[in-house]
Amino acid sequence: MKGLRVLKPGPQSLLQDAGRYGWQHLGVSPSGVMDLQAAAWANRLLDNPWGTPLLEIALGDVQLEAERDTWVALCGADVPLSIDKQPMPLWTRLPLRRGQVLRLGFARSGQRLYLAVGGGFAGKAVLGSVSSQMREGLGGVDGAGRPLQAGDRLACRPASFLRRVSVPWPFQPDYQAKPLLRVITGGDAASFEEDQLQAFFAQVWQLSPHSDRMGARLEGEALQVPRRQWSLGVSRGAIQVPPDGQPIILQADHQTMGGYPLLGWLHPLDQGRLAQCPAHHPLRFTPVSVSDAQAEMREFYRFFGRG
Amino acid sequence: MIRIEPAGAESLLLVLAEEPDAELPGRIAQLAEQIDQRLGHLLLDRVPGWTSLLLHYDLSRTDHLALAEQLKPLLEAWLAQPGLHSPGRVHELPILYNGEDLFEVARLCQLSVAEVIGLHAAGEYRVGAIGFAPGFAYLGQLHSRLVLPRRATPRLHVPAGSLAIAERQTAIYPHASPGGWHLLGRCPWPLFDLSRTPPCPLNQGDRVRFRPIDEATFSAEGGQP
Repeated sequence: MKGLRVLKPGPQSLLQDAGRYGWQHLGVSPSGVMDLQAAAWANRLLDNPWGTPLLEIALGDVQLEAERDTWVALCGADVPLSIDKQPMPLWTRLPLRRGQVLRLGFARSGQRLYLAVGGGFAGKAVLGSVSSQMREGLGGVDGAGRPLQAGDRLACRPASFLRRVSVPWPFQPDYQAKPLLRVITGGDAASFEEDQLQAFFAQVWQLSPHSDRMGARLEGEALQVPRRQWSLGVSRGAIQVPPDGQPIILQADHQTMGGYPLLGWLHPLDQGRLAQCPAHHPLRFTPVSVSDAQAEMREFYRFFGRG
Repeated sequence: MIRIEPAGAESLLLVLAEEPDAELPGRIAQLAEQIDQRLGHLLLDRVPGWTSLLLHYDLSRTDHLALAEQLKPLLEAWLAQPGLHSPGRVHELPILYNGEDLFEVARLCQLSVAEVIGLHAAGEYRVGAIGFAPGFAYLGQLHSRLVLPRRATPRLHVPAGSLAIAERQTAIYPHASPGGWHLLGRCPWPLFDLSRTPPCPLNQGDRVRFRPIDEATFSAEGGQP
């Protein structure tokens, strides 16, 4: 099937969807998009259902040539976009004609940009999902988790819309702002000394350059950590504190089980905000109740038509 | 006493016991199956551990309070039948005991290599949990004479099919990966194979035995050198 031909793949561009659910009891990571909100907007602009396969582009530097007429929408990191050298806006549904070349420069703010096409990319589902899992070798353009390479073809159906539509500007996030990330405390939080929990919320952490899709590593004044426990299932957003006292926040490609003490979980939408932060970005945390986080997520899922 | 607590905005953790025992994995597997049958439509995933069960639920359909309420009768029935557990299938896996760490393990445990192999192959193990990587099954309990801490420095590359030990557990690495366990041998059979349904032959609560084989059998069973 025709679609978009990859002229330049960028440093790490991955086919992703809502995640590979239903296999965590066999140790398979759920994966899926890192920034739920930016990905959901890209699909919504094209009337695609929740979780339609799209491209997660880290840092930009991508060139794609259209082999058929379609429409695209790019939401997320602020990356210069042009179509046949004409500058084009992000957060907008745009026509892309056969033969035209879409070019992305390098991200000026934010880390991940989502490129959706009308009707979505047709990928071969592995264990029910096209999400690329590089570590486990599942999904993606080749079925084995590989990022995009020059010469790849991203198959899609023809699509047409009557006019351009943009995400209203109040909903377009500013990734340069210093984020205050919301944490549902719990897990082993009660086993930490009270002053250690305070130290977690009081200090400004830095995002370590050793972070990846599996985990975001924080750097700061080390926390004192309670004793270990039996390994148990872990969820995305979990804030683990290994013996060195530097927290690790589990992200989309997280392992299914872990044994480090947990301090709590990041709000699901703030996991996406964290995914847009560059290395060394300052990070601060604040508590949120589980019911407030759930109320916001329910509204978010309803708005974007999941469920 | 079962503890039920939220694990973030979209998961619920059941802590079913403080310490694992031989029957617990089979009991947790049975509970997970019952929960799947009754409440599966509300769940995205379940992750059984040695003493726990984590449920990832669909927040558009339920939340931790409603789910905990629906789980109560199931948990009470489960507690009331302590003898009930999933029988667990028995697997006999062929092993070529030629691991890189065999001599080191023998030295550290003050045993001969033959004794290490003998003690390891004599055991019957339970699948306590599957995690770390697709199809990686934690098997317990290892003979007390073979208990060693993990290697100080993990290997960057452990070959696929490697049989390894650490603490009171043994496991087979289904795929090549980094790993910090002591390598005793290799299993020629695939333990995570997408062309099969389910892709992983082992399930929590299953019993596993090991059958020592020679190099010729290893090759004949499909083992890669």
